[in-house]
Amino acid sequence: MRKKNIYLLIFILVLFGFALQSIVPFNTKLMGPEGLTLGLDLKGGSQLLYKADLSQKDPSITDNEAMSSVIEKIQRRVNLYGTTEPTIQKQGADRILVQLPGVKDISEAISLIGKTALLDFREQKLDESGDPVLDDKGDWVFEDEPAKAKGRDGQQRELTGEYLKLARTNVDPYKGPVVVIEWDSEGGYLFEQITRQNLQKPLAIFLDDEKISAPIVQSVIMSGTPAQIEGHFTMDGAEALAIQLNSGALDVPLEIIGQENVDPTLGADSIQKSKRAAIIGIILLLLFMLIYYRLPGLIACISLGIYGVFMLAIFSAFPVTLTLSGIAGAILSLGMAVDANVLIFERMKDELRSGRTLGAAVEAGFNRAWSAIRDSNITTFIACAVLIWLGTSATFHASMVSGFAITLFIGVALSMFTAIVITRTFLRLVVASQLITTSSAYGVKR
Amino acid sequence: MIDFLGNKRWFFLISAIAVLVAIVSLAALKLQPGIDFSGGTSITINFTPQIEHSESPEFQSQLRQEITEFGHPEAIIQFQKESSNFLIRTKFMSPEEVNELRDKLKTVFQREVEISVPLEMSPTIASETARNAGIAVIIAAVAMLFYIAWAFRRMPKPFRWSTCAIVALIHDILIVVGIFSILGRTANIEVDAMFITGLLTVVGYSINNTVVVFDRIRENLSKGISHDFAVIVNSSLLETLGRSLNTSLTTLCVILALFLFGGTTIHNFVLVLLIGLLAGTYSSLFIAGPLLVVWEKGKWGELLPWLPSFKKPV
Repeated sequence: MRKKNIYLLIFILVLFGFALQSIVPFNTKLMGPEGLTLGLDLKGGSQLLYKADLSQKDPSITDNEAMSSVIEKIQRRVNLYGTTEPTIQKQGADRILVQLPGVKDISEAISLIGKTALLDFREQKLDESGDPVLDDKGDWVFEDEPAKAKGRDGQQRELTGEYLKLARTNVDPYKGPVVVIEWDSEGGYLFEQITRQNLQKPLAIFLDDEKISAPIVQSVIMSGTPAQIEGHFTMDGAEALAIQLNSGALDVPLEIIGQENVDPTLGADSIQKSKRAAIIGIILLLLFMLIYYRLPGLIACISLGIYGVFMLAIFSAFPVTLTLSGIAGAILSLGMAVDANVLIFERMKDELRSGRTLGAAVEAGFNRAWSAIRDSNITTFIACAVLIWLGTSATFHASMVSGFAITLFIGVALSMFTAIVITRTFLRLVVASQLITTSSAYGVKR
Repeated sequence: MIDFLGNKRWFFLISAIAVLVAIVSLAALKLQPGIDFSGGTSITINFTPQIEHSESPEFQSQLRQEITEFGHPEAIIQFQKESSNFLIRTKFMSPEEVNELRDKLKTVFQREVEISVPLEMSPTIASETARNAGIAVIIAAVAMLFYIAWAFRRMPKPFRWSTCAIVALIHDILIVVGIFSILGRTANIEVDAMFITGLLTVVGYSINNTVVVFDRIRENLSKGISHDFAVIVNSSLLETLGRSLNTSLTTLCVILALFLFGGTTIHNFVLVLLIGLLAGTYSSLFIAGPLLVVWEKGKWGELLPWLPSFKKPV
């Protein structure tokens, strides 16, 4: 019996050593890149929820294909934009959640990600007599359809962003920031035809059905020569357009249906305060346990300390993304861990009062408390399982409910281990060592 | 020595009044839904040069006029002293609309305008969030109902036990929600996504407390310490009183510390926990067990001695 406890103690200490080693020093490990993964609500950043209009997809592809293609292109745009660790997830049938940690100017990111970026060229609209059609303001009017030309195989083709090889920004001394596009060989061939058809005539550049500019074609642009898009861009605007063109046009239009932006500096103060408050609360809790339960209370404090280290180690190893609601789950599980200890100690005191020996009281305390701990914890497990299961299929705040449930689940499982293995082993060893045998040390007057 | 069962009438009465008030206030005042549940856009506007506190009322009315003209007469506008920002809440605005608003304000006020959108949610998403959270809680409650019935399967009529536990749970949730409906009106506290997390935590506490008490009743019942179920329940409650109070006190230490010293972002959340903890401790002691006794004995009439028609001849 004693031997088994010593083995258990060694086992606990080895585990504890590994856990501690994985999170200490806190600054570099626990809070470092390999440590805790904080949710956007804690470290700041943005999340955007888009809805894809699948009714406008190309009928030859399935909804799923359209969605995965869109997601891939968003991924490329976000990567080209240079954000760190973005996550892009499909939610439900037609929604896409984009999470951008640390992004501050979100309006730029929104327009970058969400634009369809369908590039095409349109010819001037002419009336029956061949004169240009003008609108009310006296501006030229352009065709509704993209300009077409015969491809190398003789088929009529629309020239769109599809034939783009590369888009990059440049600064034109007269026109300011511009986007330079290089066509692939087919695109270059088509562009050559189209410029020839429209020589000395305006040719409009359209992005997402909106006219960017309509320069007059001065000369035929031979295949292989880059083309230039001018449109009174800012440098950022030109860069965004280049990124969009390089990543390809989205297969379906996206509409933003939700966004959340957490200013990292705004929450920091509040988090700092809450952290301090939590530490005050936990110290009060430990003091209470110590004063009320004496020696077992001290053992409980030690095992709760080990519990805390294990919990942090698991959170950083998995990793579990910690959000505010995840922390709520962790606090609840801490409460349950304390409760398990309280249950056991109360039982133990009962047994001591009824005249049992110390060793017998410890054993009886654990055995009697077990059914209550088991049933209440399994009830919690079941609730957590339901919440995790339902939480993952949900919408914007999906991570909220499931984040709560995941940390609670881990915490409660760990609290059972803490109470049943750690506290029990420590108590047995202390009792067996016969160092402290006065019952007042166990909080009972005899 | 507390006589839990002799006074159960009073305990039930207190709870009945509390729950009734909660239901009435919920029906009359409703909860103030945050953007998470109602949909809409919240915007913070920062002007450079900054708006002085003294000029803010005048500025605010001008801002209101502009935003109304812009097509959002429903906007709620607040000036925040600490940051000299305006906090505005409107119906759902697309990002393009927000940009237009920025440009408009720039030209009207002749100042640099910085707009950020802390939270925005389309009404569809918002109602889905509320519905999904509701469904999750209900399914979780039903699953717990079945597990408790199974855990107490050796007891006569185990579903009574689990029903009583769920009644205690609903009691706690109603009281929290009811108080928040009053706070929504008096202190303008909105319910948001964190509120739901808080309710889930309350559910966890409540069930945990009730199961611990029921566990002791189960144990004493199988030990056969008395023939009278009421006596068994009463002594079980007394025996677990130490644990109930200690667990609640230790939890209260943490929650109170968070409430008093914690940051503002979690204030409402902690308030949910605080109310839920108090209600949950109360219901696990005074409602769940006594209710089980009343049900077991079938003496529902005893609860209503104030209604003459229920008075039984002695």
